[in-house]
Amino acid sequence: MNAARFPDQRGRYGKFGGRYVPETLVAALDRLQAGVDRHLHSADFQAEYHLELKTWVGRPTALTYADSLSRRWGARVWLKREDLAHTGAHKINNAIGQTLLAKRLGAKRIIAETGAGQHGVASAAAAARLGLPCVVYMGAVDVERQAPNVGRMKLMGATVVPVTSGDATLRAAIDEALRDWVSDPEGTYYSLGSAVGPHPYPYLVRELQSVIGREARTQMQEQAGALPDVAVACVGGGSNAIGLFHPFLDDAGVQLLGIEAGGRGAGLGDNAASLTFGTPGVLQGSYTLILQDADGQVRETHSVSAGLDYSGVGPEHAHLMSSGRVVYEAATDAEALSALTECAECEGILPAIETAHAFAGARRYAAAHPGARILIGCSGRGDKDMPILQRTILKDAV
Amino acid sequence: MIPRDTISTAIRAAKHQGRPAVVGFLTAGFPRRAGFRANLAAVAAACDVVEIGVPFTDPMADGTTIQRASFAALADGVTLRWILEEVRAVARPGAAPILLMSYLNPLLAYGLERLPQDAAAAGVAGFIVPDLPFEESADLAAALDRTGIALVQMVTPVTPPERLAMLCAAAQGFVYAVTMTGTTGRSAAVPADVLDYMDRVKRAATVPVCAGFGIRSRDQVALFGAHVDGVVVGSALVEALERGEDPAAFIAALR
Repeated sequence: MNAARFPDQRGRYGKFGGRYVPETLVAALDRLQAGVDRHLHSADFQAEYHLELKTWVGRPTALTYADSLSRRWGARVWLKREDLAHTGAHKINNAIGQTLLAKRLGAKRIIAETGAGQHGVASAAAAARLGLPCVVYMGAVDVERQAPNVGRMKLMGATVVPVTSGDATLRAAIDEALRDWVSDPEGTYYSLGSAVGPHPYPYLVRELQSVIGREARTQMQEQAGALPDVAVACVGGGSNAIGLFHPFLDDAGVQLLGIEAGGRGAGLGDNAASLTFGTPGVLQGSYTLILQDADGQVRETHSVSAGLDYSGVGPEHAHLMSSGRVVYEAATDAEALSALTECAECEGILPAIETAHAFAGARRYAAAHPGARILIGCSGRGDKDMPILQRTILKDAV
Repeated sequence: MIPRDTISTAIRAAKHQGRPAVVGFLTAGFPRRAGFRANLAAVAAACDVVEIGVPFTDPMADGTTIQRASFAALADGVTLRWILEEVRAVARPGAAPILLMSYLNPLLAYGLERLPQDAAAAGVAGFIVPDLPFEESADLAAALDRTGIALVQMVTPVTPPERLAMLCAAAQGFVYAVTMTGTTGRSAAVPADVLDYMDRVKRAATVPVCAGFGIRSRDQVALFGAHVDGVVVGSALVEALERGEDPAAFIAALR
């Protein structure tokens, strides 16, 4: 398959994707598309972007051989350490790229949505770095469960707006950010944090996050002398996963495995696994797989992880599942928390709860494929999750 | 007369009587499912065209009033199937034509194969789909065309001139000229450039033009009425129904 083929001119990945937005945003998306076409792959923009990645974000991030986990799982496990990137997760790759683009497009302010708070923190940091005001929409439920990140955003000068409508999590935050953008489509730049939404966002975010997979691919060849047998990443909207997977799409020998939030189980409303349990529909600008009822109403989700707690998924993942190139599975809350503990104890690395889902999926893969070379996208660090970890894993110890 | 032509005919009839047409909006099943049929009949009697909001969990183009009404209606169990039954009970030939305003996903879930027949059988004359831009609308437009139902096109103050011309040329029923950049419900300021834009839409359109979003006062109705054929009254009417006011008196006070 030719990975560069998608999206097509209309922003489609096979039958998925597209641009389902109010008329008010059509011209704004046209301008964004023109800006992406003009700047994103220009030598000038790329030089500026990569200088920021190197000197401010701290790239390339390390590839760590996980010796203890490898012995424990009977496999060979490498971790692509996005948790070491500035602000603690892969989100910064996209946020700094989009904020650089926003400046070139003459934006007066940046708005962003956030679930776990990582894209909010990354957007606040990038906006501070580049001297733009920043407003972050965050579901009221997430404001509560990711309190440390709210404080970080405020310290970097961002305004955090709690969203109480709808499900009061990531989906409601995106709706509210879209409403803000509809109100000022010319002066405001909407920095979307995942590979979701109307075209060209899924493409733009993928291009900015693909640095993860490009680095990992080279680092695997250097350290392992070979490409991995499988690359595993967690999938909410799917930005870290598409960033890790995309540079491997043409490597037929590399299996790709996306792990969604299985929550409490398979019932509608008990998980956030849109690919595993969803059906086709239009949500927030894109035709993709969504968790909905028979009347097309979007259902609330459950996951212990705020960053994966979303009823939809990036359209390219929906396409990669239907084409069979990527396999998607779900890991439950309990599996993710158990994998988090194991990683922390074995490797001295505390992954984010989102990231822990990838570890849970990788552990399952290792059990079925002894000796396999496994590359895990270690997408973020778990410091932000301490309030939840205090209530869950640590509750017996306190 | 095919369903979509009843819309432009009703708007022009009001204009011929020397007054702007009023398109009255109410969210289906709000404030309560029980009284909806009576509210729908009252709004239909008071307005030239009726627009019924199909509730959706993610109303991204709507402000706080219609969001609140949508969530309450969903909590009360309102579905598109139920709405079509209610419309069928109220719609009468020669009465104010009825449009449904729905985000795309509930329509896709209902099924584009069944929707045109069921909607036409219920007496629906048109659809307004706020998250469906022209470029993505071919499938729904073709489906609705089978039973002569209009797919109403929105234009906005930031729609570029060439695009405005294209959208107006493709318009059915009426052109929905959004008064501002923003969501529904906030009171629309009416600076001169907005009226210039309304004039441009009017010149480009072959079907009637109605201004909508944020229209709450008699002064606004008169001002827009001098430039286009009618107005859409949405959030303000929803709030009046929520307060238990008589929709006929509320609409009469706007004229």
